Formats: sequence, C-alpha cells, structure tokens
Amino acid sequence: MNQLGFPILSIMLAVPLVAALWCLFAPGEGEAKARSARVTALAASLIDLVLGGVLWANYEVGGARWQFIERADVFGRFSWALGIDGIALMLIVLTVFLVPLCILASWTSIQKRVPEYMAVFLLTELLMLGVFVAQDLFLFYIMFEGGLIPMYMIIGIWGGARRIYASYKFFLYTLLGSVLMLIAMLYMAQTAGTTFIPTLMTFNFSSQAQLWLFLAFFASFAVKMPMWPVHTWLPDAHVEAPTAGSVILAGVMLKLAGYGFIRFSLPMFPEASAHYMWLIFALSMIATVYTSLVALVQKDMKKLIAYSSVAHMALVTFGLFAFNRQGIEGAMMVMLGHGLVSSALFLCVGVVYDRLHTREIARYGGLATNMPAYATFFLFFTMASVGLPGLSNFPGEFLSMMGTYEISSWAAFIAVTGIITGAAYMLYLYRRICFGPQTNADAAAMPDLDKREWLVLAPLAAAVLWMGVYPESFLSPMRADVGALLERIHPAAPASDAALTVPHAAPAAAVAGER
Amino acid sequence: MSYIDSFALSLPEIILSFGAIVLMLAAAWMGDKASKAISWVSVLLLAGAGLALLGPAGSGGLGYDGLYVADPFAAFAKLLIYVGAAVAILVAPGFFNRDGEMRAEYPVLILLSAVGMGTMVSAVDLLTLYVGLELQSLAAYVLASFLRRDDRSAEAGLKYFVLGALASGILLYGISLLYGFSGTTSFVGVAAAMKASMGSGLLFGLVFVLAGLAFKISAVPFHMWTPDVYEGAPTPVTAFFASAPKVAAMALTVRVAIEAMGPATGEWRQIIIFCALASTILGAVGAIGQTNIKRLLAYSSINNVGFALFGLVAGTAYGASAVMTYMTVYIVMTLGSLICVLQMRTADGTPTEQIAALSGLSRTRPALAAAFAIFMFSLAGIPPLFGFWPKFMVFDALVRVDMWPLAMIGIATSVIGAFYYLKIVKTIYFDEPAGVLAPSRSMIEGVLIALAALFVSPLGYLMIGPLGRITQTAANALF
Repeated sequence: MNQLGFPILSIMLAVPLVAALWCLFAPGEGEAKARSARVTALAASLIDLVLGGVLWANYEVGGARWQFIERADVFGRFSWALGIDGIALMLIVLTVFLVPLCILASWTSIQKRVPEYMAVFLLTELLMLGVFVAQDLFLFYIMFEGGLIPMYMIIGIWGGARRIYASYKFFLYTLLGSVLMLIAMLYMAQTAGTTFIPTLMTFNFSSQAQLWLFLAFFASFAVKMPMWPVHTWLPDAHVEAPTAGSVILAGVMLKLAGYGFIRFSLPMFPEASAHYMWLIFALSMIATVYTSLVALVQKDMKKLIAYSSVAHMALVTFGLFAFNRQGIEGAMMVMLGHGLVSSALFLCVGVVYDRLHTREIARYGGLATNMPAYATFFLFFTMASVGLPGLSNFPGEFLSMMGTYEISSWAAFIAVTGIITGAAYMLYLYRRICFGPQTNADAAAMPDLDKREWLVLAPLAAAVLWMGVYPESFLSPMRADVGALLERIHPAAPASDAALTVPHAAPAAAVAGER
Repeated sequence: MSYIDSFALSLPEIILSFGAIVLMLAAAWMGDKASKAISWVSVLLLAGAGLALLGPAGSGGLGYDGLYVADPFAAFAKLLIYVGAAVAILVAPGFFNRDGEMRAEYPVLILLSAVGMGTMVSAVDLLTLYVGLELQSLAAYVLASFLRRDDRSAEAGLKYFVLGALASGILLYGISLLYGFSGTTSFVGVAAAMKASMGSGLLFGLVFVLAGLAFKISAVPFHMWTPDVYEGAPTPVTAFFASAPKVAAMALTVRVAIEAMGPATGEWRQIIIFCALASTILGAVGAIGQTNIKRLLAYSSINNVGFALFGLVAGTAYGASAVMTYMTVYIVMTLGSLICVLQMRTADGTPTEQIAALSGLSRTRPALAAAFAIFMFSLAGIPPLFGFWPKFMVFDALVRVDMWPLAMIGIATSVIGAFYYLKIVKTIYFDEPAGVLAPSRSMIEGVLIALAALFVSPLGYLMIGPLGRITQTAANALF
C-alpha cells in the first residue's frame, strides 16, 4: 500500500466529509448546534492538519516519484487513484495549514447558518485536497470543478452586498474555462488509452494535438490563476466573500491553476508550452504592470489585495514557463509564499472589518496607536508581500525572476517593475491604515487583537518567517520532481535571448574557411 | 415463429394491456373511491411487466413477422419507461386528492400510454412505430387535460392534441414517402433501399420522419408546445411527460436513425447536429426569463434533449449507449425535481408554481431545499453530482469519432444553461424567506425525492460500471 500501512490520503479526504455531514445532521437547535458545528469543524481540520504533518514527516525525499499510492477501480471508467509527489505534498500542507485558521477566523464573524457554513467549508477543503491527491484525470476534473459549488455557496450566502453578482460571475467564468478542459481530457484519455496521470505525463501527444490541448487547458487554468484579461472575477469574488472565503480563495484555490500547469500543461504538452511561451509571458507582463497600477488606486482594502494577487500570480506564470529549475522552483515558492501572505493579509483585513464593518481604506488611519500588536503583524505581512529578504515571498520571487531572466531579459525586466510597484501599493496601503493622524474616532477606539486573533495570526507569521529563513525545508521535497519535469520539458525548451553561456569556439576548419 | 412465441416476446405489453382493460372495468363499476386500489394494482402491473423483461421479452429477437423486436435496447428503454410511469402514478393522489379530482381512470391511462411506449421502443417497422406512438399520444392528450375544471389544463390538452396531431401527420407523410420510394415499411428494408441508392424521395421521407420524431422529443425547432403543456398539465402528469415519453421517443429516434437510416448517417447527422445545438442553446436561453418553475423545467427538458442528441450525432454504438445513459440519469433528475415542485404548496394546500415562492426555502425546509439544489446542480452537469456523468458520456462519444469541435461548442452551451439552474439555487439559498410554502405530509413523495437525490449524489458514480455495461449491451443490439 504505502509506507504508512494505512490509506492516509483517503482518510484525509474522509475526515472533512464525515465532519461536514455531522455539522449538518447533528441533533440540536440554534446556538448549541452552531457551537457544536464550530467545534466539529475545527477538530476535523486539526485532524487533517496532523495527518498533513504525518504525511510530510513520512514523505521520503529522494524516494519513489509517487508516494502514498492508493488505487481502487470503483468507478468503471476511471478509478479512485490517489498518490502525491513533492509538489502536491507542499500544496496539501499549505491547505491543511490554512483551513483551521479559516475556521478560527470565522468563529465569531459568521453568525447566521453556522452549521451549513462549516459543512460547506469542510467540503471545500475536501475538494481542494482531492485535486492535489488525484492521480486519475477524471477524478482530478471532478474535484477541480466540484470546488465551484461550495465556493458559490460561501460567496452567495455569507458574502457582502453584491454577493449574488459576485457568486454568479465566479461560477460561470470558471465553469466556462473548465468545460473546455474536459473535452481536451476526453481526447487525451481516448488517444493515450489511459486516465492515469503519471502515465499521461510521459505520453507524447502529436505536436499538432498539443497546440489545441494546451489551449483548452489554458482556458481553464488562466481563468483560475487568474491571468489578465480573465482576472476580473477575482476582485469581485474576493470583495464579496467573507474573510475566510477570501483566504481559501487566495490561499489555495488560485494555486490549483499553478498546480495544473505543473501537472498537465508542462509535462504533457512540452512543445506547445514552448510554442505558447510568449503568449504566457505577454499576458504576465501586462498583468504585472496593469494590475499593480490598478492596485495602487484602490479605495477598498480587499480589492487592493485581490489585485496584488493577480500581480503575484503573474510571477508564478513567468517562472513556470521559464523552462529552467530556478523558474519552476521559484514559481512553486511564490505559490506557497503567496498562499501564506495573502491569506494573512486577508485575515488582517478581516480583523478590522469585524470591528468597523467597512473595507474602505479612508475610514481607518493611525491604527498603530490604538492597535500596536495588530499594526506589527500587518507590517510584518506587508513586508513579506513586498518581498523583503528573510520573509516567505523573497526566495520565490528571486528564483522566479532569475529563471525568467535566463530565458528572456525583457520579461524579467518587466517582472521586476512589479516588485517596485508592489512595494508602492502595499506601503501606501499600510501608511493609510496604520500610520498618520487618527481622523476617524470609531477607528481610533478599536480594541487591539484578542486571543483568538493572536492564535490565527501568530502561526502564519511563524510560517512566513520559516519560509524566508530556511526555504530548503520546502524546496527539498520538490527538488526531484522539478528535476523530472525539467528532464521531460528540456528538449522543447525555447532558446534564451540572453547568451548566458560562453559560445563554443568555432571549429578551426570553419574559422580557416572564413579567412 | 408461432404466435405463441410472438406473444411471449411482447409479454410486458400484454400484461399491461389486459391489466388496463380489467382495471378500466373495475373503475367503471367501483367508481373513484377505488382509485387508490387501482393505483397500487397498476404499479404492481408495471412491476410485473418489468419482471417479464427478464424472460424472452428481454432479448428474444424478432416477432410478429418482423414487425416487433424484443432486444436488450428495447428492454432497457422499457425499464426506464415503467419506472417513470410508476412514479407518475405514485405521486398523483397527493396532487389530485385535494380537489377531489383523483379519478380511477388516471392510472389506467398511464398504463395504456406505457403500452404505447413499449410498442414504440420495440418497433422495427414504420407502422408498428406509428401505432405505438399514437396509442401513447392519445392517452397523453387526455392526461394533459385531466383537471377538467381547470382552464390551463384544458388548454394544455387541446394544444398538445392539435400540435401532436400535426406532428403525427408530418411523421405519417414521411413514412408514406419512405414506403413509396423503398417499397417496404420495415426498418431493415428501408435501410437496404437507402444503401442501394439515396434518392431525393427517401431523403424527404427521412427529413419528415425525423421532424415528426423531433416533435415528440421536443427538440428545437419543434419544441413550442413543451412549455405550455408542461405548465398547464397537472404536475404529476408533467412529471410523466418529462420522463417516460421522453425516453420512449428518444429510444425510438435512436433506433430509427441507426436501424432504418443507418446508411444515410451523413444525411441525418446534419439534422441532428442542428437540433442538438439549437435545443441546448434555446433551451438554456428560453429558461432564463421564466418565473414559473414548471415552464423553467420544460425548457430544461428541451436543453437536456439537446445534450442527449449529441450522443446520437456520433452515430456509434458507444454514442447510443451514451444516449441511454443520459436518459437514465435525466429521468431521475427530472422526476426528482418535479416531485419537489409537487411539494410546493401553500398553507391551505394550494399548489404554487412561482419560482419566487421558493425564496429562502433553505431556512424553512432545509431538506427539500437541499434536494432541490442537488437536482439543479445535477441538471447543470456540475460534478461531483451524477448529472455530470451523462454529459461526460455524450461528449466522450463525440470526441471518439473526432468531432471535438462540435463537442467544444456543445459543452460551452452548457454554461448558459448553468445560469438558470444557479438562479433557482440562488432563490432557495441566498434570498430572504418568503414563507409561503407549508410543510408536506406526503410520505411517498419524501421517499421518492430522497431516492432520486441519493441516485444523483456522488454515490451515483459507484454505478458507472454496471450502468455502462447495461447501456452498452442495449446499444450493441442496434448494430
């Protein structure tokens, strides 16, 4: 079975499911049921966190490519095939780390329909974990697409004023992207004769087919990522979603697309990836410049962070399509770092939103005076988001840009401007909220962090520091898998515009002939 | 083959016909107070007919001198038809009893209609086809106007009758053309004539026959009657229309297209592609502005028929099995959602069909709301619900014959459809409670809803293997 002797991945999926059903059907009424639902959800997510830890501890770095494999052919046409590599492991760890924090963050801010909320949230966790552990093409698709339903519910029921519009936009946008991917998957299963992802990753599709298949997958992942110009659902969804919804959206859901690129687009269609590299780079360059500038003028805190997410995700796509180790490892690190930092920033917004019920930046100011602990945490995460060395985003951003520079100095040049504008909008945001005069009396009267909020923010801060100081913990499980990926895509890698290696001396005969 | 053997092949129809006649007499003598007993006996008869499919009626081959066939395809379609018919009988008392309109003839008419549908799916001759179709339709016209004192019901019946008669005329004209130009009414003979030479006479016959059948499955551009009839007919009858006759007409269309017109696949494929795309698009767009849930579900059925037709477009055995899979899951979803509509009653028991009445249902009746949401997401084809699987199958069938551009367009139209299903979920879950719907007392409805919801829940995926084998066996019988 696997190195543990029990089906740990299935159990990790079953725990949130059972807990979600218990939240919904547990006896009790009103407040008592709400309390039991909160406790159940927290307990379930903590169990998954522990299991995630067990997974990480038992993952053999340098061992088999796919570990913790499970397989049951129960669906006739496709199977319940689970298994992870280092890349999936890191994203699973990120997911199980964030979910308990989300549930803690919703402890008091969600007051209506608590059992349903907790159940839907746990189902979201189940589906996202399912995406990362699925080893079967269609199982992946079902998990990937299934995530729409709970997220639609979270935005639509517990969201803000324009929640209905945002939920529709989120659902239909992402659905349109993914159905095209389904057709591509059907074609692949038909051509390759298997739905097993590891086999498909080594299957050579014809160059012509690759071009189409890549575009179909791109339609799905570009929306989910989100890349300019199909990013417009994200600010709406983020702004209207409750805090924890934003956290899960930014922290994990956006990573599904990056994971998809690594798992499908690059290894399965290497030639097409090289062919469309410029498309990706062009969109990423526009995204970096455009969304950073848009972020600069936002009046809504969540919208600003949402746009900053789009800009950060552009760094991921830059790195992924750089076709070299620095780029791909950097992209993964940006995903993990952004998962932590953007989640933390959304939680910071949530803290003040719970007190004042507005996300408008102008309604705050001078919070450093009355909320010193909060201001410290917020500053810490702002710095991490800006890419300060020693904090989580720096290793990823640095690697990603270095990889990009190796293949295209122009793309790298534009990517770096994103870091500069990123510093501008984040510091400007921080100044307007935490520094300056206390012009708003109600904002000035807000109490500092309570114990629960400390409990939410402190682990995130620790993780951010860990990732910045010792990124090796996170890089080492992925190293072999990135190596395998590089081996696969290397023959198709496009030429670099910067001659980073010394050209070979011309053969003597040729030199003689030129004379 | 002796007549005894032929009778054995059509045992289900014989059981139902005799049962219907006896029950009709019983209804005449005992009156409406016996309606409950008659209903239960009818359900038992349907179950008996279903059991009879295990014998020679399930796979006995040709009978009645090549007019009728008992093959696994027909048997599977009949099974779905009987389920739809039985459900329509079971849920009727809860609807009609309140007005004292539950009449003993209702189950009898459904049985007769089921006989007609059984004949349709077993037809291998254009005349058997026509007789079966008419028997089914005549019973259906009466059922549509079953609420005699209700204007809308009478209108529905009349509309259905006039347009149905028109469709029958078109079909009959097509049949006469096919007969005239091939000299035979048997499917095999028509196919042989088409193979020999595909003249314009046969081509016109093909077009008219398909047009007539498109009426029966309510594919665009022959769908106009559907919203009006679904809205006007009593809800249990709507549930019946949306399930059993849809399966019968769809199975018939598949059989005619493949067995009788197989050599002309290139010709009919264009027609079916148009119908399929037009149905998915118009079915989705038409539903968006609806305020009546039954009208919305009518458009949803048009939309779903379009998707099922994509399987037929492939023209392969796998495609035919995809159509049957589609219809299987579709009737469960549609019956489930229409029984949910049956539960929409105000405090004084008056049924309401306004979508607005569903507002905030999730807070007043969470279980019904959850079932509704499951059916809606499933109809939209969103995984992990089982409604995703039939869509997967039909598009897989298209991709297998390298028609992936059509598959791309087809699946993109499903996004338009998702919009109005989401609208229902939004009304139920996001809106403030309207509080007009009262709790239900019906056990049977509750049980049926629960069963249907379980079927389309992710648990349904466990049935992919067996269901795939059964539909594949059924489809192979056509080739």
